[in-house]
Amino acid sequence: MVEVDSIKKYFVKRNGFFTRDEKVVKAVDGVSFSIKKGETFGLAGGSGCGKSTLAKLITGILKPDEGTVSLNGAVDIVFQDPFGSLNPRMTIQEIVGEALYIRGKDKEEIEKRVRDSLRMVKLSDSNTLTKYPHQFSGGERQRIAIARALIHRPEFIVLDEPVSSLDVSIQAGILNLLKDLQQEHSITYLFISHDLRVVEFMSDVVGIMKEGSLVEVASAKDIYNSPKHEYTRHLIASIPTI
Amino acid sequence: MNKRIIFGLVVILGMMIIALFAPFIAQQDPLEINHDARLEPPSINHLFGTDNLGRDTFSRMVYGSRISLSVGFIAVLISLGIGISLGGLSGYYGGKVDGVIMRLVEIMYCFPTFFLIMMIITFLGPSIVNVMIVIGLTSWAGLCRLVRAEFLTLRERDFVHSAKVQGVSDMRIMFRHILPNAMAPVYVSATLSIGGAILIESALSFLGLGVQIPNPSWGNILTSGKNYMDYAWWLTVFPGFAILFTVLSFNLIGEGLREVLDPKLREKRR
Ligand SMILES: Nc1ncnc2c1ncn2[C@@H]1O[C@H](COP(=O)(O)OP(=O)(O)OP(=O)(O)O)[C@@H](O)[C@H]1O
Ligand SMILES: [Mg+2]
Repeated sequence: MVEVDSIKKYFVKRNGFFTRDEKVVKAVDGVSFSIKKGETFGLAGGSGCGKSTLAKLITGILKPDEGTVSLNGAVDIVFQDPFGSLNPRMTIQEIVGEALYIRGKDKEEIEKRVRDSLRMVKLSDSNTLTKYPHQFSGGERQRIAIARALIHRPEFIVLDEPVSSLDVSIQAGILNLLKDLQQEHSITYLFISHDLRVVEFMSDVVGIMKEGSLVEVASAKDIYNSPKHEYTRHLIASIPTI
Repeated sequence: MNKRIIFGLVVILGMMIIALFAPFIAQQDPLEINHDARLEPPSINHLFGTDNLGRDTFSRMVYGSRISLSVGFIAVLISLGIGISLGGLSGYYGGKVDGVIMRLVEIMYCFPTFFLIMMIITFLGPSIVNVMIVIGLTSWAGLCRLVRAEFLTLRERDFVHSAKVQGVSDMRIMFRHILPNAMAPVYVSATLSIGGAILIESALSFLGLGVQIPNPSWGNILTSGKNYMDYAWWLTVFPGFAILFTVLSFNLIGEGLREVLDPKLREKRR
Protein backbone atom coordinates (compact mmCIF):
# COMPACT_ATOMS: atom_id res chain seq x y z
CA MET A 1 0.00 0.00 0.00
CA VAL A 2 2.62 2.53 1.06
CA GLU A 3 6.23 1.92 0.05
CA VAL A 4 9.06 4.18 1.10
CA ASP A 5 12.36 3.19 -0.45
CA SER A 6 15.66 4.60 0.82
CA ILE A 7 14.68 8.27 0.68
CA LYS A 8 17.08 11.01 1.61
CA LYS A 9 16.73 14.71 2.24
CA TYR A 10 19.66 16.92 3.16
CA PHE A 11 19.41 20.59 4.03
CA VAL A 12 22.32 22.93 3.54
CA LYS A 13 22.51 25.54 6.26
CA ARG A 14 24.80 28.52 6.18
CA ASN A 15 26.14 29.28 9.61
CA GLY A 16 26.22 33.03 9.27
CA PHE A 17 25.24 35.74 6.91
CA PHE A 18 28.78 36.61 5.86
CA THR A 19 30.45 33.23 6.02
CA ARG A 20 30.78 30.59 3.36
CA ASP A 21 30.77 28.13 6.21
CA GLU A 22 28.09 25.58 5.39
CA LYS A 23 26.65 22.75 7.41
CA VAL A 24 24.74 19.85 5.89
CA VAL A 25 21.81 18.64 7.97
CA LYS A 26 20.96 15.06 7.07
CA ALA A 27 17.31 15.41 8.03
CA VAL A 28 16.28 12.11 6.42
CA ASP A 29 19.16 9.81 5.58
CA GLY A 30 18.04 6.70 3.73
CA VAL A 31 14.74 5.57 5.22
CA SER A 32 12.79 2.53 3.96
CA PHE A 33 9.62 0.94 5.24
CA SER A 34 6.20 -0.11 4.06
CA ILE A 35 2.71 0.03 5.51
CA LYS A 36 -0.04 -2.52 4.89
CA LYS A 37 -3.49 -1.33 3.92
CA GLY A 38 -5.59 -0.33 6.90
CA GLU A 39 -2.69 -0.52 9.32
CA THR A 40 -0.88 2.15 11.30
CA PHE A 41 2.85 2.62 11.11
CA GLY A 42 3.97 4.52 14.19
CA LEU A 43 7.06 6.68 13.94
CA ALA A 44 8.71 7.73 17.18
CA GLY A 45 11.88 9.67 17.77
CA GLY A 46 13.37 12.64 19.56
CA SER A 47 13.04 16.27 18.59
CA GLY A 48 14.71 17.16 15.31
CA CYS A 49 15.35 13.58 14.21
CA GLY A 50 13.60 14.19 10.88
CA LYS A 51 10.05 13.00 11.50
CA SER A 52 8.32 16.03 9.96
CA THR A 53 10.72 16.07 7.03
CA LEU A 54 9.86 12.45 6.36
CA ALA A 55 6.14 13.30 6.54
CA LYS A 56 6.68 16.08 4.01
CA LEU A 57 8.61 13.82 1.67
CA ILE A 58 5.89 11.18 1.76
CA THR A 59 3.10 13.69 1.07
CA GLY A 60 5.02 15.42 -1.71
CA ILE A 61 5.44 18.75 0.08
CA LEU A 62 9.20 18.22 -0.28
CA LYS A 63 11.00 16.41 -3.09
CA PRO A 64 13.45 13.75 -1.92
CA ASP A 65 17.09 14.08 -2.95
CA GLU A 66 17.16 10.34 -3.47
CA GLY A 67 14.79 7.40 -3.17
CA THR A 68 11.14 6.90 -3.96
CA VAL A 69 7.76 6.93 -2.32
CA SER A 70 4.98 4.93 -3.88
CA LEU A 71 1.43 5.38 -2.73
CA ASN A 72 -1.57 3.49 -3.91
CA GLY A 73 -4.20 6.21 -4.00
CA ALA A 74 -4.85 9.60 -2.48
CA VAL A 75 -2.92 10.86 0.54
CA ASP A 76 -3.59 13.65 3.00
CA ILE A 77 -1.88 15.07 6.07
CA VAL A 78 -2.80 16.39 9.50
CA PHE A 79 -0.27 18.68 11.14
CA GLN A 80 0.76 19.19 14.72
CA ASP A 81 -0.34 22.79 15.10
CA PRO A 82 -4.02 23.29 14.29
CA PHE A 83 -3.52 27.05 14.59
CA GLY A 84 -1.14 27.08 11.64
CA SER A 85 -2.76 24.44 9.50
CA LEU A 86 -6.06 26.22 8.87
CA ASN A 87 -6.12 29.34 6.71
CA PRO A 88 -7.30 32.10 9.08
CA ARG A 89 -9.06 33.92 6.22
CA MET A 90 -11.23 31.07 5.05
CA THR A 91 -14.48 29.78 6.54
CA ILE A 92 -14.77 26.20 7.72
CA GLN A 93 -16.93 25.42 4.69
CA GLU A 94 -14.20 26.74 2.36
CA ILE A 95 -11.39 25.00 4.25
CA VAL A 96 -13.02 21.59 4.47
CA GLY A 97 -14.63 21.75 1.04
CA GLU A 98 -11.67 23.01 -0.97
CA ALA A 99 -10.46 19.60 -2.16
CA LEU A 100 -13.88 19.07 -3.75
CA TYR A 101 -14.22 22.64 -5.00
CA ILE A 102 -11.00 22.50 -7.00
CA ARG A 103 -12.19 19.25 -8.54
CA GLY A 104 -15.25 21.03 -9.88
CA LYS A 105 -17.91 19.46 -7.68
CA ASP A 106 -21.15 21.42 -7.51
CA LYS A 107 -22.20 23.48 -4.54
CA GLU A 108 -24.82 21.17 -3.11
CA GLU A 109 -22.58 18.14 -3.19
CA ILE A 110 -19.73 20.06 -1.55
CA GLU A 111 -21.94 21.34 1.24
CA LYS A 112 -23.43 17.91 1.85
CA ARG A 113 -20.04 16.25 1.99
CA VAL A 114 -18.59 19.01 4.21
CA ARG A 115 -21.41 18.34 6.65
CA ASP A 116 -20.79 14.60 6.44
CA SER A 117 -17.09 15.11 7.07
CA LEU A 118 -17.72 17.34 10.07
CA ARG A 119 -20.19 14.81 11.44
CA MET A 120 -17.53 12.12 11.11
CA VAL A 121 -15.24 14.12 13.42
CA LYS A 122 -18.13 14.85 15.79
CA LEU A 123 -18.48 18.51 14.92
CA SER A 124 -22.06 18.90 13.82
CA ASP A 125 -23.08 22.26 15.21
CA SER A 126 -25.28 23.68 12.46
CA ASN A 127 -23.52 27.05 12.15
CA THR A 128 -19.98 25.66 12.05
CA LEU A 129 -19.77 26.12 8.28
CA THR A 130 -19.73 29.92 8.22
CA LYS A 131 -17.34 30.37 11.14
CA TYR A 132 -13.62 31.06 10.95
CA PRO A 133 -10.84 28.95 12.53
CA HIS A 134 -10.16 31.42 15.36
CA GLN A 135 -13.64 30.80 16.69
CA PHE A 136 -12.72 27.24 17.68
CA SER A 137 -10.62 25.65 20.40
CA GLY A 138 -7.42 23.74 19.64
CA GLY A 139 -9.16 20.38 19.84
CA GLU A 140 -11.99 21.51 17.58
CA ARG A 141 -9.55 22.91 15.06
CA GLN A 142 -7.73 19.60 14.95
CA ARG A 143 -11.06 17.91 14.26
CA ILE A 144 -11.62 20.39 11.43
CA ALA A 145 -8.19 19.53 10.04
CA ILE A 146 -9.11 15.85 10.17
CA ALA A 147 -12.44 16.57 8.46
CA ARG A 148 -10.57 18.39 5.69
CA ALA A 149 -8.36 15.34 5.20
CA LEU A 150 -11.32 12.95 5.19
CA ILE A 151 -13.43 14.79 2.66
CA HIS A 152 -11.80 13.41 -0.47
CA ARG A 153 -11.72 9.92 1.05
CA PRO A 154 -7.97 9.31 0.99
CA GLU A 155 -6.65 5.79 1.45
CA PHE A 156 -3.70 7.05 3.44
CA ILE A 157 -3.32 9.84 6.02
CA VAL A 158 -0.07 11.08 7.51
CA LEU A 159 -0.60 12.28 11.08
CA ASP A 160 2.35 14.43 12.14
CA GLU A 161 2.07 14.71 15.92
CA PRO A 162 -1.68 15.34 15.74
CA VAL A 163 -2.16 15.58 19.50
CA SER A 164 1.18 16.96 20.70
CA SER A 165 0.02 20.56 20.86
CA LEU A 166 -3.29 19.71 22.53
CA ASP A 167 -4.26 19.61 26.18
CA VAL A 168 -3.70 16.17 27.67
CA SER A 169 -7.38 16.08 28.61
CA ILE A 170 -8.51 16.16 24.97
CA GLN A 171 -5.74 14.06 23.44
CA ALA A 172 -7.49 10.77 24.14
CA GLY A 173 -10.64 11.97 22.41
CA ILE A 174 -8.76 12.74 19.19
CA LEU A 175 -6.76 9.52 19.32
CA ASN A 176 -9.90 7.41 19.76
CA LEU A 177 -11.61 9.31 16.98
CA LEU A 178 -8.69 8.52 14.66
CA LYS A 179 -8.87 4.84 15.60
CA ASP A 180 -12.62 4.69 15.00
CA LEU A 181 -12.27 6.39 11.62
CA GLN A 182 -9.59 3.91 10.62
CA GLN A 183 -11.76 0.93 11.55
CA GLU A 184 -14.78 2.26 9.75
CA HIS A 185 -13.08 3.32 6.52
CA SER A 186 -9.96 1.09 6.60
CA ILE A 187 -7.63 4.08 6.22
CA THR A 188 -3.89 3.54 6.38
CA TYR A 189 -2.02 5.78 8.84
CA LEU A 190 1.51 6.99 9.32
CA PHE A 191 1.32 8.16 12.91
CA ILE A 192 4.18 10.36 14.11
CA SER A 193 4.88 11.28 17.69
CA HIS A 194 7.78 11.87 20.04
CA ASP A 195 5.73 10.14 22.72
CA LEU A 196 6.37 6.40 22.58
CA ARG A 197 3.30 5.58 24.66
CA VAL A 198 0.98 7.31 22.24
CA VAL A 199 2.70 5.62 19.30
CA GLU A 200 2.34 2.23 20.90
CA PHE A 201 -1.36 2.87 21.60
CA MET A 202 -2.04 3.83 18.00
CA SER A 203 0.18 1.54 15.93
CA ASP A 204 0.47 -1.92 14.52
CA VAL A 205 4.12 -1.50 13.57
CA VAL A 206 6.51 0.96 15.16
CA GLY A 207 9.64 2.53 13.70
CA ILE A 208 12.19 4.26 15.91
CA MET A 209 13.95 7.16 14.26
CA LYS A 210 17.22 8.74 15.24
CA GLU A 211 19.21 11.39 13.38
CA GLY A 212 17.51 10.78 10.06
CA SER A 213 17.52 6.98 10.10
CA LEU A 214 15.23 4.22 11.28
CA VAL A 215 17.18 2.34 13.92
CA GLU A 216 14.53 -0.27 14.69
CA VAL A 217 11.25 -1.46 13.19
CA ALA A 218 9.09 -3.95 15.06
CA SER A 219 5.52 -4.69 16.03
CA ALA A 220 4.10 -2.44 18.71
CA LYS A 221 4.22 -5.25 21.26
CA ASP A 222 7.81 -6.23 20.55
CA ILE A 223 9.11 -2.68 20.67
CA TYR A 224 8.00 -2.43 24.28
CA ASN A 225 8.66 -5.93 25.46
CA SER A 226 11.88 -6.74 23.68
CA PRO A 227 13.53 -3.60 22.34
CA LYS A 228 16.63 -4.49 20.31
CA HIS A 229 18.31 -1.16 19.74
CA GLU A 230 19.97 0.75 22.51
CA TYR A 231 18.22 4.00 21.49
CA THR A 232 14.81 2.28 21.73
CA ARG A 233 15.64 1.16 25.26
CA HIS A 234 16.71 4.70 26.03
CA LEU A 235 13.38 6.06 24.76
CA ILE A 236 11.43 3.52 26.81
CA ALA A 237 13.46 4.31 29.89
CA SER A 238 12.83 8.02 29.53
CA ILE A 239 9.04 7.61 29.58
CA PRO A 240 7.91 9.18 32.85
CA THR A 241 6.19 6.63 35.02
CA ILE A 242 3.11 7.85 36.80
CA MET B 1 -10.62 53.55 16.54
CA ASN B 2 -7.27 55.04 15.74
CA LYS B 3 -7.28 58.85 15.84
CA ARG B 4 -4.85 59.26 12.94
CA ILE B 5 -6.96 57.08 10.69
CA ILE B 6 -10.08 59.05 11.55
CA PHE B 7 -8.41 62.40 10.92
CA GLY B 8 -6.90 61.20 7.65
CA LEU B 9 -10.13 59.61 6.47
CA VAL B 10 -12.15 62.74 7.20
CA VAL B 11 -9.77 64.89 5.14
CA ILE B 12 -9.55 62.41 2.27
CA LEU B 13 -13.28 61.75 2.17
CA GLY B 14 -13.83 65.52 2.15
CA MET B 15 -11.38 65.82 -0.76
CA MET B 16 -13.11 63.02 -2.62
CA ILE B 17 -16.50 64.66 -2.23
CA ILE B 18 -15.05 67.94 -3.49
CA ALA B 19 -13.45 66.19 -6.47
CA LEU B 20 -16.61 64.26 -7.29
CA PHE B 21 -18.93 67.25 -7.08
CA ALA B 22 -16.47 69.82 -8.46
CA PRO B 23 -18.97 71.44 -10.88
CA PHE B 24 -21.38 72.13 -8.01
CA ILE B 25 -18.78 73.28 -5.51
CA ALA B 26 -16.77 75.50 -7.82
CA GLN B 27 -18.97 78.51 -8.44
CA GLN B 28 -16.93 79.75 -11.36
CA ASP B 29 -15.46 78.36 -14.53
CA PRO B 30 -11.87 77.42 -13.67
CA LEU B 31 -10.71 78.41 -17.16
CA GLU B 32 -12.57 81.72 -17.47
CA ILE B 33 -10.19 84.64 -17.85
CA ASN B 34 -11.20 88.01 -16.48
CA HIS B 35 -8.70 90.82 -17.10
CA ASP B 36 -10.63 93.16 -14.82
CA ALA B 37 -10.09 90.94 -11.78
CA ARG B 38 -6.39 90.08 -11.83
CA LEU B 39 -4.56 89.07 -8.64
CA GLU B 40 -7.44 89.92 -6.35
CA PRO B 41 -6.98 88.86 -2.74
CA PRO B 42 -9.41 86.41 -1.11
CA SER B 43 -12.92 87.79 -0.80
CA ILE B 44 -16.50 86.55 -0.69
CA ASN B 45 -16.59 86.34 -4.51
CA HIS B 46 -13.21 84.72 -4.78
CA LEU B 47 -12.59 82.64 -1.65
CA PHE B 48 -8.95 81.97 -2.53
CA GLY B 49 -8.45 85.11 -4.62
CA THR B 50 -7.69 85.24 -8.34
CA ASP B 51 -4.56 84.64 -10.40
CA ASN B 52 -2.68 86.83 -12.88
CA LEU B 53 -5.34 86.15 -15.54
CA GLY B 54 -8.22 86.84 -13.17
CA ARG B 55 -9.24 83.17 -12.87
CA ASP B 56 -10.85 82.06 -9.63
CA THR B 57 -8.22 80.14 -7.60
CA PHE B 58 -10.80 78.31 -5.49
CA SER B 59 -12.51 76.90 -8.58
CA ARG B 60 -9.18 75.96 -10.11
CA MET B 61 -8.17 74.15 -6.94
CA VAL B 62 -11.50 72.33 -6.69
CA TYR B 63 -10.92 70.96 -10.19
CA GLY B 64 -7.26 70.35 -9.39
CA SER B 65 -8.25 67.99 -6.58
CA ARG B 66 -9.54 65.61 -9.25
CA ILE B 67 -6.08 65.41 -10.75
CA SER B 68 -4.27 64.85 -7.48
CA LEU B 69 -6.61 62.16 -6.21
CA SER B 70 -6.91 60.29 -9.48
CA VAL B 71 -3.15 60.33 -10.05
CA GLY B 72 -2.62 59.11 -6.49
CA PHE B 73 -5.08 56.24 -6.75
CA ILE B 74 -4.40 55.14 -10.32
CA ALA B 75 -0.61 55.30 -10.04
CA VAL B 76 -0.74 53.23 -6.86
CA LEU B 77 -3.15 50.74 -8.42
CA ILE B 78 -0.67 50.23 -11.25
CA SER B 79 2.24 49.79 -8.87
CA LEU B 80 0.14 47.44 -6.71
CA GLY B 81 -0.61 45.31 -9.74
CA ILE B 82 3.05 45.04 -10.71
CA GLY B 83 4.39 44.82 -7.15
CA ILE B 84 1.98 42.09 -6.06
CA SER B 85 2.40 39.97 -9.19
CA LEU B 86 6.19 40.15 -9.33
CA GLY B 87 6.66 40.00 -5.54
CA GLY B 88 4.26 37.08 -5.29
CA LEU B 89 5.98 35.10 -8.05
CA SER B 90 9.37 35.90 -6.59
CA GLY B 91 8.54 34.83 -3.06
CA TYR B 92 6.48 31.81 -4.03
CA TYR B 93 8.73 30.22 -6.62
CA GLY B 94 12.12 31.43 -5.38
CA GLY B 95 15.12 30.21 -7.35
CA LYS B 96 15.76 31.69 -10.80
CA VAL B 97 12.45 33.54 -10.99
CA ASP B 98 13.31 35.23 -7.71
CA GLY B 99 16.83 36.00 -8.91
CA VAL B 100 15.65 37.76 -12.07
CA ILE B 101 12.89 39.72 -10.34
CA MET B 102 15.14 40.81 -7.48
CA ARG B 103 17.79 42.09 -9.94
CA LEU B 104 15.02 44.12 -11.58
CA VAL B 105 14.00 45.50 -8.18
CA GLU B 106 17.58 46.48 -7.44
CA ILE B 107 17.82 48.30 -10.75
CA MET B 108 14.60 50.17 -9.98
CA TYR B 109 15.99 51.09 -6.57
CA CYS B 110 19.28 52.34 -8.00
CA PHE B 111 17.72 54.76 -10.45
CA PRO B 112 16.91 58.13 -8.97
CA THR B 113 13.19 57.63 -9.52
CA PHE B 114 12.19 61.24 -9.89
CA PHE B 115 14.72 61.93 -12.62
CA LEU B 116 13.77 58.71 -14.34
CA ILE B 117 10.14 59.83 -14.34
CA MET B 118 11.14 63.26 -15.64
CA MET B 119 13.15 61.70 -18.45
CA ILE B 120 10.37 59.37 -19.53
CA ILE B 121 7.75 62.12 -19.40
CA THR B 122 9.94 64.44 -21.43
CA PHE B 123 10.34 61.66 -23.95
CA LEU B 124 6.66 60.62 -24.08
CA GLY B 125 5.31 64.12 -23.87
CA PRO B 126 3.64 65.57 -20.82
CA SER B 127 0.08 64.47 -20.16
CA ILE B 128 -1.74 63.44 -17.06
CA VAL B 129 -2.28 59.90 -18.31
CA ASN B 130 1.43 59.51 -18.98
CA VAL B 131 2.15 60.83 -15.51
CA MET B 132 -0.12 58.27 -13.85
CA ILE B 133 1.33 55.39 -15.84
CA VAL B 134 4.94 56.41 -15.41
CA ILE B 135 4.60 56.95 -11.65
CA GLY B 136 2.92 53.56 -11.40
CA LEU B 137 5.57 51.87 -13.52
CA THR B 138 8.42 53.28 -11.47
CA SER B 139 7.20 52.94 -7.91
CA TRP B 140 6.48 49.23 -7.44
CA ALA B 141 9.91 48.11 -6.19
CA GLY B 142 9.21 48.63 -2.49
CA LEU B 143 5.85 46.88 -2.68
CA CYS B 144 7.44 44.05 -4.62
CA ARG B 145 10.01 43.43 -1.88
CA LEU B 146 7.34 43.62 0.79
CA VAL B 147 5.05 41.15 -0.95
CA ARG B 148 7.99 38.83 -1.65
CA ALA B 149 8.95 38.78 2.03
CA GLU B 150 5.37 37.98 3.05
CA PHE B 151 5.10 35.20 0.47
CA LEU B 152 8.44 33.75 1.56
CA THR B 153 7.22 33.21 5.11
CA LEU B 154 3.63 32.32 4.27
CA ARG B 155 4.57 29.64 1.74
CA GLU B 156 6.10 27.65 4.63
CA ARG B 157 2.92 27.73 6.67
CA ASP B 158 1.10 24.47 7.23
CA PHE B 159 -2.14 25.62 5.64
CA VAL B 160 -0.22 26.17 2.41
CA HIS B 161 1.40 22.74 2.70
CA SER B 162 -2.01 21.23 3.29
CA ALA B 163 -3.39 22.90 0.16
CA LYS B 164 -0.45 21.51 -1.85
CA VAL B 165 -1.08 18.00 -0.60
CA GLN B 166 -4.73 18.31 -1.62
CA GLY B 167 -3.70 19.25 -5.14
CA VAL B 168 -4.63 22.94 -5.09
CA SER B 169 -3.01 24.74 -8.03
CA ASP B 170 -0.13 27.17 -7.51
CA MET B 171 -2.29 30.03 -8.82
CA ARG B 172 -5.03 29.33 -6.31
CA ILE B 173 -2.53 28.88 -3.47
CA MET B 174 -1.00 32.25 -4.29
CA PHE B 175 -4.25 34.17 -4.66
CA ARG B 176 -6.59 32.38 -2.29
CA HIS B 177 -4.29 31.22 0.49
CA ILE B 178 -1.24 33.43 0.61
CA LEU B 179 -2.26 36.83 -0.75
CA PRO B 180 -5.18 37.50 1.64
CA ASN B 181 -2.82 36.82 4.54
CA ALA B 182 -0.16 39.11 3.06
CA MET B 183 -2.37 42.16 2.56
CA ALA B 184 -2.01 43.95 5.91
CA PRO B 185 1.44 45.46 5.25
CA VAL B 186 0.47 46.01 1.60
CA TYR B 187 -2.42 48.26 2.64
CA VAL B 188 -0.06 50.29 4.80
CA SER B 189 2.53 50.66 2.09
CA ALA B 190 -0.03 51.42 -0.62
CA THR B 191 -1.64 54.16 1.45
CA LEU B 192 1.73 55.77 2.08
CA SER B 193 2.51 55.51 -1.65
CA ILE B 194 -0.64 57.43 -2.59
CA GLY B 195 0.76 60.45 -0.75
CA GLY B 196 4.07 59.97 -2.52
CA ALA B 197 2.44 59.75 -5.95
CA ILE B 198 0.44 62.93 -5.32
CA LEU B 199 3.63 64.70 -4.36
CA ILE B 200 5.40 63.53 -7.52
CA GLU B 201 2.48 64.66 -9.70
CA SER B 202 2.51 68.09 -8.05
CA ALA B 203 6.24 68.37 -8.61
CA LEU B 204 5.90 67.33 -12.26
CA SER B 205 3.06 69.78 -12.83
CA PHE B 206 5.11 72.43 -11.06
CA LEU B 207 7.89 71.77 -13.55
CA GLY B 208 5.45 71.88 -16.45
CA LEU B 209 5.67 68.12 -17.08
CA GLY B 210 2.27 67.19 -15.73
CA VAL B 211 -1.10 68.80 -16.27
CA GLN B 212 -0.75 71.38 -19.04
CA ILE B 213 -2.01 74.92 -18.63
CA PRO B 214 -4.65 76.22 -18.81
CA ASN B 215 -6.01 73.07 -17.14
CA PRO B 216 -5.58 73.36 -13.39
CA SER B 217 -3.68 71.12 -11.00
CA TRP B 218 -2.35 72.02 -7.57
CA GLY B 219 1.17 71.79 -8.89
CA ASN B 220 0.74 74.16 -11.82
CA ILE B 221 -1.30 76.66 -9.79
CA LEU B 222 1.72 76.76 -7.51
CA THR B 223 4.01 77.35 -10.51
CA SER B 224 2.12 80.31 -11.86
CA GLY B 225 1.76 81.62 -8.31
CA LYS B 226 5.46 81.58 -7.55
CA ASN B 227 6.09 84.60 -9.80
CA TYR B 228 3.72 86.67 -7.68
CA MET B 229 4.73 85.31 -4.30
CA ASP B 230 5.63 88.75 -2.91
CA TYR B 231 2.21 90.32 -3.33
CA ALA B 232 -0.22 87.45 -4.06
CA TRP B 233 0.45 84.94 -1.26
CA TRP B 234 -2.87 83.17 -1.86
CA LEU B 235 -1.60 81.70 -5.13
CA THR B 236 1.07 79.66 -3.35
CA VAL B 237 -0.25 79.20 0.17
CA PHE B 238 -3.57 77.55 -0.73
CA PRO B 239 -2.31 74.97 -3.24
CA GLY B 240 0.73 74.38 -1.03
CA PHE B 241 -1.45 73.58 1.97
CA ALA B 242 -3.80 71.47 -0.12
CA ILE B 243 -0.89 69.26 -1.22
CA LEU B 244 0.52 69.18 2.29
CA PHE B 245 -2.78 68.22 3.92
CA THR B 246 -3.65 65.56 1.40
CA VAL B 247 -0.25 63.89 1.54
CA LEU B 248 -0.23 64.19 5.32
CA SER B 249 -3.65 62.60 5.57
CA PHE B 250 -2.66 59.60 3.45
CA ASN B 251 0.46 59.20 5.56
CA LEU B 252 -1.56 59.40 8.76
CA ILE B 253 -3.94 56.72 7.49
CA GLY B 254 -0.96 54.59 6.49
CA GLU B 255 0.75 54.98 9.87
CA GLY B 256 -2.54 54.40 11.66
CA LEU B 257 -3.15 51.22 9.66
CA ARG B 258 0.35 50.05 10.44
CA GLU B 259 -0.39 50.43 14.12
CA VAL B 260 -3.77 48.74 13.93
CA LEU B 261 -2.66 45.87 11.70
CA ASP B 262 0.70 45.07 13.24
CA PRO B 263 0.05 42.87 16.26
CA LYS B 264 3.54 43.47 17.63
CA LEU B 265 3.12 47.24 17.68
CA ARG B 266 -0.30 46.83 19.24
CA GLU B 267 1.17 44.76 22.06
CA LYS B 268 3.71 47.48 22.81
CA ARG B 269 1.10 50.17 23.08
CA ARG B 270 -0.89 48.25 25.68
N1 LIG C 1 13.46 23.68 5.50
C1 LIG C 1 14.53 23.35 6.24
N2 LIG C 1 15.72 23.95 6.03
C2 LIG C 1 16.80 23.62 6.75
N3 LIG C 1 16.81 22.72 7.72
C3 LIG C 1 15.66 22.08 8.01
C4 LIG C 1 14.45 22.36 7.28
N4 LIG C 1 13.47 21.59 7.78
C5 LIG C 1 14.01 20.84 8.77
N5 LIG C 1 15.33 21.13 8.92
C6 LIG C 1 16.24 20.47 9.86
O1 LIG C 1 16.14 19.09 9.69
C7 LIG C 1 16.16 18.42 10.93
C8 LIG C 1 14.92 17.58 11.08
O2 LIG C 1 13.78 18.43 11.24
P1 LIG C 1 12.30 17.87 11.41
O3 LIG C 1 11.39 19.01 11.52
O4 LIG C 1 12.04 16.89 10.33
O5 LIG C 1 12.41 17.10 12.79
P2 LIG C 1 11.26 16.51 13.70
O6 LIG C 1 11.69 15.14 14.05
O7 LIG C 1 9.94 16.67 13.08
O8 LIG C 1 11.37 17.41 14.99
P3 LIG C 1 10.24 17.88 16.02
O9 LIG C 1 10.13 16.78 17.04
O10 LIG C 1 10.82 19.11 16.61
O11 LIG C 1 8.98 18.09 15.27
C9 LIG C 1 16.31 19.49 11.99
O12 LIG C 1 17.66 19.58 12.34
C10 LIG C 1 15.86 20.75 11.29
O13 LIG C 1 16.55 21.86 11.81
MG1 LIG D 1 8.07 17.68 13.63
